[in-house]
Amino acid sequence: MNMIAKWFGGSADVDARRRALLGTGSFLLPLLAWCLISYTPFIWHPKVLVTDPGGVDYFQVDMLVDKAMFQEEVANMQQAHLAPPQGRPSNPIYLPAPDDVAKAFYNGFVNPPSNTDVPSMPASLWHSIQIIFWGFLLSSLIGVPLGILSGTYATLGRLNEPFIEFFRYLPAPAFGALAVAILGIYNGPKIAIIVIGTLFQQVLIIANTTRKLETTLIEAARTLGSKNLKLLSKVVVPGILPDLYRDQRILLGWAWTYLIVAELIGTSSGITWFITQQARYQHFDNVYAAIMTIGIIGFGSDLILARLGRRLFPWDRTQDRQ
Amino acid sequence: MNLMEPILPSYLDQSDAVRARFERIRQRDTILEVRKLGKRFRSQQGEVEALRGIDFSVRQREFVCVIGPSGCGKSTLIRILAGLDKHTSGEALLDGKPITGPGQDRGMVFQGYSLFPWLTVKKNVMFGPHMKGHGRDQAERDAQLWLELVGLEKFADAYPHQLSGGMRQRVAIARALVNQPRILLMDEPFGALDAQTRAKMQSHLIDIWRNIDITVLFITHDLDEAIYLADSILVLKAHPGEVQEVIEVPVPRPRTPGQFNSPEFRATKARLEELIHPAPEPLPEDEQAVKPHMIRFTDVHDNVE
Repeated sequence: MNMIAKWFGGSADVDARRRALLGTGSFLLPLLAWCLISYTPFIWHPKVLVTDPGGVDYFQVDMLVDKAMFQEEVANMQQAHLAPPQGRPSNPIYLPAPDDVAKAFYNGFVNPPSNTDVPSMPASLWHSIQIIFWGFLLSSLIGVPLGILSGTYATLGRLNEPFIEFFRYLPAPAFGALAVAILGIYNGPKIAIIVIGTLFQQVLIIANTTRKLETTLIEAARTLGSKNLKLLSKVVVPGILPDLYRDQRILLGWAWTYLIVAELIGTSSGITWFITQQARYQHFDNVYAAIMTIGIIGFGSDLILARLGRRLFPWDRTQDRQ
Repeated sequence: MNLMEPILPSYLDQSDAVRARFERIRQRDTILEVRKLGKRFRSQQGEVEALRGIDFSVRQREFVCVIGPSGCGKSTLIRILAGLDKHTSGEALLDGKPITGPGQDRGMVFQGYSLFPWLTVKKNVMFGPHMKGHGRDQAERDAQLWLELVGLEKFADAYPHQLSGGMRQRVAIARALVNQPRILLMDEPFGALDAQTRAKMQSHLIDIWRNIDITVLFITHDLDEAIYLADSILVLKAHPGEVQEVIEVPVPRPRTPGQFNSPEFRATKARLEELIHPAPEPLPEDEQAVKPHMIRFTDVHDNVE
């Protein structure tokens, strides 16, 4: 009980070292589970990888067959007094072992693709990052100012927020065909889907953040002689900046979730194109490597942004709790 | 009445020195004049009259406290004077000109922490001069001067969250005074402070007021604070907020914490208590209904009293 209280008690006073330990653990635990399933032949492994077909005429080396079917053929061959097939337990093709994925990951970045009509992973990724960048930039250019203004001026907020509230329930991918009709088949519609997916949430979230600014601060500024544009630029914007920054980090994650849909619209491209191509050739190790790369980029960029935020806003107290 | 205690003088009795002082105050220019000021607003319970027919004036360098029970509209009054709220009838004049909105001629110190958390202490104080269009150098010089006055020049580069509650209110005072307003409006500025800090801040405020050409309108719900600080006390009553009495405090100046027990002080306090906490009325029915039914949860023999 004491031990439990010590580890899971007050979350606030968990010291930095323990936090780092738990953070690493949160990654190591799933990895451990994956290793267990992949490297222990008696856990799961519902298939058999044929190493010697023996007398079975339709078996081939490296063929994956169901365990039941394999055992049936072993029995058949024994009855017929032919050589029984040899094989070892294996997982289905869609669950490659960690080392296969690690190799695919390494090869994806180091070795050029063997097949020239398949895009390389770095090139696909770079294309995806560009789509995200432009989509998020465009969305922010409209969403951030509109959100701040809607949050500051009640009239403007009431004028646009009901419609935005309605619009945000329309699933962004539903606009795919429309976007293609208007913007062509290349990057235009993809960026548009990211914008549609983020913009409407962005306006509402930022308007809300703006409304949460202490009214006392605005009133104090007014008694000190600031009004209109100065009030907006010298009080409202700096006042919400740390929260705005946090909102933007969350919204950037949102943009990434729309990426996969966006890239399937028009001509497939980017990391999604890479993943679907690799899946088609059943190179699931490459698929996993690509999926994980997205995770690493998303998570990594957020970590960097969080650290940058601490630098940028030294007065922000809420960050101490993160 | 307790026979051991000498009978208190009337709060209306003024010593010659005090009377002469009020005479001098009355000869000064009127800074703030409030005439028949009223405020109505619509709420969910229907139309509410927050203030009705408020009449008073504040002379130059006079220290006026506003006191009253909760709901008497004292905060509404000071917000109207600051220009943050609009009144619905009557008028409020500053130097003879009607108040229509916020302006640098009135400084305001709020109860809650109103410092800009993203600015250092010095930059907070520089905010007003910047808004006035003063250049960086002059704003910085002014800020430095006023920070020295409140004794915080060492903390010029600290952020507000690094300061204690009392220090933050000092910065807020410096930030309001740097604009050299005609009147300093203070809305329960020490209400959130602990007793010790509050006492220190009161003496400090008197020090500032003594040395600077500033008129103060100070809202509080603390009777001692009002008597200790004020020349005159404006006593409001609630529902609707109306002026009940304007009391000229007979406690001589300079004020010291030692005066809390002087006969004048206690006489004034007795009068204020009479005005603000009148004889208890029978409780309204809904409050009687929530009277707790006390059950004994401890050993019957273990009495603490």
